[in-house]
Amino acid sequence: MQSKDLRFRLGTGAFALVLILLVVGIGVELTRQSMSSIVKFGLNFWRTQTWDPVVGDFGALPFIWGTLYSSILALVLATPVALGIAIFSSELAPSRLRQPLVFLIELLAAIPSIVYGLWGIFVLVPAVRALEVAIPSVLRQLPLFSGPPLGVGMLAAGLILAIMIIPFTSSVAREVLKSVPLAQREGAYALGATRFEAIRAALFFARTGIVGAVMLGFGRALGETMAVTMVIGNNPRISASLLAPQYTMAAVLANEFTEADTDLHIAALIEIGLVLFVITLVINGLSRLLIWSMARSSTPRAAAPLAEAAA
Amino acid sequence: MNIRKLLASVACLATLGGGVLAQQKIQINGAGATFPYPIYSKWFSEYNKLHPNVEINYQSIGSGGGIRQITNQTVFFGATDGPMTNEQLLAAPSKILHFPTVLGAVLPIYNIPNVNAELKFTGPLLADIFLGKVTKWNDPAIMKLNAGVNLPGSDITVVHRADNSGTTYIWADYLGKVSPEWKTKVGVSTGVNWPTGVGGKGNEGVAGLVSQTPGAIGYVELIYALQNKISYGLVQNMAGEFMKASEESVTAAAAGAATRMPADFRVSITNAEGPGVYPVSSFTWLLLYENPKDKAQAKVMLDFANWMLTEGQKFAGSLGYAPLPDPVVKLEMQALKKIKVS
Amino acid sequence: MSNTTLRRKAVSSLFVGFCALSVLLALVPLALILFFVVAQGVQALNLDFFTHMPRPVGEPGGGMANAIVGTLILTGLGSLLAVPVGIMSGIYMSEYAGSRFAAATRFAADTLNGVPSIVIGVFVYGLAVLPFKQFSAFAGGIALGIMMIPIIARTTEELLLLIPGSMREGALALGATRARAVFTVVLPAALPGIVTGVVLALARIAGETAPLLFTSFNNRYFSTKLSQPIASLTVQVFTYAISPYADWHRQAWAGALVLVSIVLLCSLLARVATRRLERMHGG
Repeated sequence: MQSKDLRFRLGTGAFALVLILLVVGIGVELTRQSMSSIVKFGLNFWRTQTWDPVVGDFGALPFIWGTLYSSILALVLATPVALGIAIFSSELAPSRLRQPLVFLIELLAAIPSIVYGLWGIFVLVPAVRALEVAIPSVLRQLPLFSGPPLGVGMLAAGLILAIMIIPFTSSVAREVLKSVPLAQREGAYALGATRFEAIRAALFFARTGIVGAVMLGFGRALGETMAVTMVIGNNPRISASLLAPQYTMAAVLANEFTEADTDLHIAALIEIGLVLFVITLVINGLSRLLIWSMARSSTPRAAAPLAEAAA
Repeated sequence: MNIRKLLASVACLATLGGGVLAQQKIQINGAGATFPYPIYSKWFSEYNKLHPNVEINYQSIGSGGGIRQITNQTVFFGATDGPMTNEQLLAAPSKILHFPTVLGAVLPIYNIPNVNAELKFTGPLLADIFLGKVTKWNDPAIMKLNAGVNLPGSDITVVHRADNSGTTYIWADYLGKVSPEWKTKVGVSTGVNWPTGVGGKGNEGVAGLVSQTPGAIGYVELIYALQNKISYGLVQNMAGEFMKASEESVTAAAAGAATRMPADFRVSITNAEGPGVYPVSSFTWLLLYENPKDKAQAKVMLDFANWMLTEGQKFAGSLGYAPLPDPVVKLEMQALKKIKVS
Repeated sequence: MSNTTLRRKAVSSLFVGFCALSVLLALVPLALILFFVVAQGVQALNLDFFTHMPRPVGEPGGGMANAIVGTLILTGLGSLLAVPVGIMSGIYMSEYAGSRFAAATRFAADTLNGVPSIVIGVFVYGLAVLPFKQFSAFAGGIALGIMMIPIIARTTEELLLLIPGSMREGALALGATRARAVFTVVLPAALPGIVTGVVLALARIAGETAPLLFTSFNNRYFSTKLSQPIASLTVQVFTYAISPYADWHRQAWAGALVLVSIVLLCSLLARVATRRLERMHGG
């Protein structure tokens, strides 16, 4: 029995190792291919704002800003909607509606990013421009709304990213909520809870899974290229304004990579890939800490037998 | 006995089948510029009709991509809108030759509500607009050239390319020649640090942004302006004429260059001298190794190149390109003989 | 009813309303996008589209037959790599959840999820294209597979973690090995959710262009050889979309429609298969 269990552990562990090796391999390759840029710019790469391929002066700060701003904006916009959808399709919808609803939300995930981009240029950007033109002048004084209403810019990028990540977060959150044992919810209703309170208890029970779902969406937003580059304006300037055209790391990498002529330019672009890689690592680390602190109160697996026993 | 007859007939059929297959399919891969993709796909398709066993697979991944893939030898030929630099040529494992295939033009497109007129621009004015120095449509510099046009006082929104491209190279090359400030401040490359404006992805992205944004100005290849039915402007050439981009004016730009053509064909024809010339014109080049490894593919490409320079040029006009002038064609056919096919 | 009860009920109703509103909010852009794609592309959806190769502009009757087949092959290759690696890693992460190795795997999966597709394309280019000086369908499949792995792995892990421990313990109590317990009891219980993960991963890569540009390249002609460049719907759609011709644009939209349909078909098939399996298992 022991040896079979050991084989199981080694067998599945081997696949897990493949995953780790892939990530390590990517990290190593990114570092190796960006070496000439790392050597030339050092830490200044993270701090300077100029991106000049002609002169050979590269700084990633505007792209770091753009990526974080657009992804966090997308997360803020998408997460409540995604969770609302997940809750609706797992708890609230009449059973006849559930399958079609799931199907429709998956449709959103299946749309290629270039289609999002083109729809963005032709439909979303004009709509956002109309919205921006309608902003009352008293609000325009704020740095958040300053600048000419072009349509392309951070707001359009945040919106399109939000639409793109909704299906990922909501599908995983839905599956997670469905897996919460029925007994747990029945217990809550038996105690006189309203729908909201019962669902809140289920959310708490599944909280690590919910955070996992949100992180999945966030990762998607960080790396999205095609749709963003078509609506963000592609201007490497740091601005707090939603109306300002800005630039993200994934977008500049995709835009300039195929045509980059000098070795230093290519190395600098790959270093941008490395910077994104490191930032993703840091964000994951922070979310792990969050999950760890959440799980400390009681793990789902520890609580389950208690809920079963209470049933 | 019967089994032997059966085996013999099977062997005969196999050899017959093998004989048919001996007219073997040759697939050649090439990569490079997006600008000539429409005409290249036309050419390779027409050539395939003449030689059904030849499949030339060209993919537009960008001029820089084309240069990189041919250097890495993952493709047989490359294509680029901007000639390879000396450093890039040195980095290749062996000598790479350039062959101009067709001509293209880059033009200023704009979207000014209620203004349908064809606006006139000079090179220095375009440079100033793209430098961010001229910011309104009713700026005196623009008004002076376009008397009689009711230009509004609205802001000019500059639209450039977000992605690196040969189109940008041609535009920047031209602006660099007509504006010393552009040359020192911004420079010439497939991608530059734009002083102002928003970036669209691809020619189509720029055309889309300009047509969606009131007060916008951008630059695209001729065919994109024609197909998207976008207003485009006239540019003043060295002879002082305000020229519209067309098959004739673009070919005229190359004709002058034929007399001064360097042996490796790497020449810029922006801001060319002479009458009837459209100043923002450029060659696009095919990249081939002088001594390629795969001789069978080399023979095919050589035959194709000769076809392209003669029969192929006829397809240029209808697709929005300009054909190569005869003097250049003659020089190239001579140069093609350098490629070692055995 | 007391005040607090009224308040609680009001809050609950507002909440339910919000959830319903979210659904509508998500469905609006969906409807807009679908309408846009269908309106642009449906005219180009004819028999030629599904049976012919691409044709130069100006010649009618061009199609994307090679790209449709190519996308199916590439997605198949990617799944071949990603489904075993993803599910097995997910099993490891959930079974040995406390171990440091599992924590490292989880971390790796989340990081891999955030890597832009173009970086993965460049990575696989250096790994599988450059050494052989050859673009290939094989390399394209690897790139797509790598992108699918983290989604499948993390979804599998999260769902397996939520299966009540009593199920696992029951199997173990009956004398099953750990492997048996997982594969015959726990995994089937989580199967619908895992299938969702696989479908999500498929949807994720079905729309990707950048990783394929440097690996499977694209092919104007029909080819199914794994060692040669192969056509794909995404690259062909991209090439047509950035061109200036209206006819090519229509074909690009038609290609996008076919792409979305392929993903949805896979999703439907997967759901049907899962329900069948569940019925066999006794629900």
